[in-house]
Amino acid sequence: MNTRKVLYQFGYRRCPDQDRPSPAQHPVVVVGAGPVGLCTAIDLAQRGIPVVLLDDADRIGEGSRGICYAKRTLEILDRLGAAHPCLEKGVTWKIGKVFQNNDLLYAFDLLPEDGHKMPAFINLQQYYLEHALVERAAALPYLEIRWRNKVVDLKRRNDGATLTVETPEGPYDLDAEWVVAADGARSALRTMLGLEFKGEVFEDRFLIADVRMKGSFPSERWFWFDPPFHDGHSALLHKQPDDVWRIDLQLGPDADVKAEQTPERVMPRLRQMLGHDDFSLEWVSVYTFQCRRLERFVHGRVVFVGDAAHQVSPFGARGANSGIQDADNLAWKLAFIINGEAPERLIESYDIERSAAADENIGHSTRSTDFIAPRSAQELRFRDATLSLARHAPFAKRMVNSGRLSMPSTYDTPLSTPDADPWSGSARLGAPLPDAPMRDRSGQPIWLLEAIGGEETILHIPNGAQPPTGSRVLIIGDDLIDEHGFFAQRFDASPGSTYLVRPDQHLAARWRHAPPSLIENASRRLKGFEGDRA
Amino acid sequence: MSVLVTESRLADPDQTYRALIEAHRGLPDEDSAALNSRLVLILANHIGEHAVLQEAIALAKQSMEPKDASE
Repeated sequence: MNTRKVLYQFGYRRCPDQDRPSPAQHPVVVVGAGPVGLCTAIDLAQRGIPVVLLDDADRIGEGSRGICYAKRTLEILDRLGAAHPCLEKGVTWKIGKVFQNNDLLYAFDLLPEDGHKMPAFINLQQYYLEHALVERAAALPYLEIRWRNKVVDLKRRNDGATLTVETPEGPYDLDAEWVVAADGARSALRTMLGLEFKGEVFEDRFLIADVRMKGSFPSERWFWFDPPFHDGHSALLHKQPDDVWRIDLQLGPDADVKAEQTPERVMPRLRQMLGHDDFSLEWVSVYTFQCRRLERFVHGRVVFVGDAAHQVSPFGARGANSGIQDADNLAWKLAFIINGEAPERLIESYDIERSAAADENIGHSTRSTDFIAPRSAQELRFRDATLSLARHAPFAKRMVNSGRLSMPSTYDTPLSTPDADPWSGSARLGAPLPDAPMRDRSGQPIWLLEAIGGEETILHIPNGAQPPTGSRVLIIGDDLIDEHGFFAQRFDASPGSTYLVRPDQHLAARWRHAPPSLIENASRRLKGFEGDRA
Repeated sequence: MSVLVTESRLADPDQTYRALIEAHRGLPDEDSAALNSRLVLILANHIGEHAVLQEAIALAKQSMEPKDASE
């Protein structure tokens, strides 16, 4: 029973490109209108780059799928103008609890400090996120979504690619300077280029069920090892909007995929878990997973993002979150290259930075899977030993791994200018800036990340000397008021401190006292003009 | 004389756990037991203090008792 409810239907429309005698030319064609393709297209369009977004379907539906969106993702969505409806609809949470059997082993708080616009996590059905993004896309003049446009052929050239697109009215060709492949885990573009998708395959099967009920559980992530209602396996419970609860049950490697999805099998399991009958089934699926990636994400003018580039296990909410961070990383670079503001080799830094992020995500989700789904008697003994020691020794508690939840990557990248001064505080070179509550010139409250938006920005604390010049400078204490001292603390700021921020809000350079020449070099470096590799 | 440290001393506990899993992956169960025995001896020698080892043994045994007994 894999219900495929259609929630939002979009129409195929004939476009002028289909009537041209020769292929239309576009700077960027994005293939795949999932969350990652939509974010990439919106980001590019916001930067003034015309984008065509192709998708082979014409609707959003088919189960809730990805449901956890992390703080960094929400900050990116906010920059893209799509966070508001997600926050309104989503269930905000930050507390996770881990149980063994009936007992609470420990609880964790993902965002124990104030002064951030975005919560640690929200839970939201993927279709609501996609809908918010489609609405946002519709408001952008440079963005055209073409539904039921399926790419069936890709011919690469040095300066772009030609795509053959199948529609209900027959095929047509499109020329793109750049192609972004956001066509998911089973990427057709990846197959067209004959690229290997290498990694580890896991055998355990998991049942995913969304049930609707009036629940008495709080908005927290609950994970059980060996729960009383599901002997020997693990279980996960998460709240979604609309009184829907996500339940994830480990079935083991030998489970019968078809049989396990039948209501006769599913309902008793859930009844046992929830302790009552008062629920209805929204969506059920059985899945296995893989942790794998492309060796390179950039193939000439074809760039892979999201699941098309890398796939992880669901433990840790690293799929959609890392894909949206790919989009965040790629869009400004493509925009700079297309506008001639940066050399084409800047794109190499996308490969470097997001490859490292993919490895980090795959590493975390593989280690979580090792713990959650032991493969041998010995692995099970290690796991159970850790769980039982966790009741007695703090070190073992830290080893218990029910999924390490998505955190943004700190890029070790040629685009960063290495620190010359010592720094404390939570801001880190190569990481997204920590947010902070500020006031603007007119005294209105504004968040630091809102003020920065998507532009390369210099933040400067005055010290009486000439302030820096550059594309855009924000003076702390003047343009932005650090009323409560959050900025000073998080950025270890003192008079003279200067910070160079990338268009994706990652920190590219910082100085206690910055001569103009150093700032200019760092700015060239973040665009890929300097350094050996980028 | 030092005492057993039960606070986490590992910078990256997940990585350490993974190293143990990898060491055992593909081994028949008997070989796993043999590997663990060797590891225990090596680590006991590295600790180098009989009293600490005794404490570790006691903690391990305590964690094996039925829950009700320890709580």
